[in-house]
Amino acid sequence: MSHSIELKFFASIREQVGLATQAFELSGPCPVGVIRAELAARGEAWDRALGLQQRVLAAVNQEVVDEETLVQPGDELAFFPPVTGG
Amino acid sequence: MSAASFPNKSASADTSACPGRSKVCIQSEPFDPAEALDALRCNDKGEPDPSIGALASFIGLVREFNEGDDVQALELEHYPGMTEKVIEDILRQANERWPLNAIHVIHRVGLMTPTDLIVWVGAASAHREAALQACAFVMDFLKTNAPFWKKEKRADGQMRWVSDRKSDYLAADRWKV
Repeated sequence: MSHSIELKFFASIREQVGLATQAFELSGPCPVGVIRAELAARGEAWDRALGLQQRVLAAVNQEVVDEETLVQPGDELAFFPPVTGG
Repeated sequence: MSAASFPNKSASADTSACPGRSKVCIQSEPFDPAEALDALRCNDKGEPDPSIGALASFIGLVREFNEGDDVQALELEHYPGMTEKVIEDILRQANERWPLNAIHVIHRVGLMTPTDLIVWVGAASAHREAALQACAFVMDFLKTNAPFWKKEKRADGQMRWVSDRKSDYLAADRWKV
């Protein structure tokens, strides 16, 4: 069984953290909000992108979720700003 | 003339047996709205569907101004896979709300310049109300739910991410039951 998840970052968040994807170690189920806080604590740029003051959407396996949703090892977790297509 | 002159010809009787044909295309190439309309009105054999009485379509374009600034170019990013899934779900909901023969979405990604076509939504139905409403419904939810992000290049050379708009969320809210 996999012990990591795949993180994905899009748009302004991708630019701020300087990464489009990254593997993230996860040995058991963990709420989205906890992972987000851990990422935001990596440094100034990460906090500007993912800190609590930012409006950030999260998707697990390509479905928008709230901060309490549990992420499981093997999942894909994406963070992105509010959408502006059309 | 009484309604009994046209038995079993209510809007729902025409297409309720199966949901309308749905199609989502996310592409970097430009598209031709005339070809898109043709595809919308044709059945799987490529023949015009004679049960269609109304075609409605919407086109969104790159505008030369935004929030008071000149726009030289627009770059559109998306979340491959999720974007298609979200739009397919919106089309499924449109099919549940209105009797549609077909409902299609084409959305460009990548670099575009003012006057370029960004998005095309087309709906086909027996009657105009379903086609017009389905078209507006799909656009309102695409704007607020589909993972696309616009970045503008201004006249001064600066690149800036476009912000979301409250009016778009209000437009989507009006469809909630």
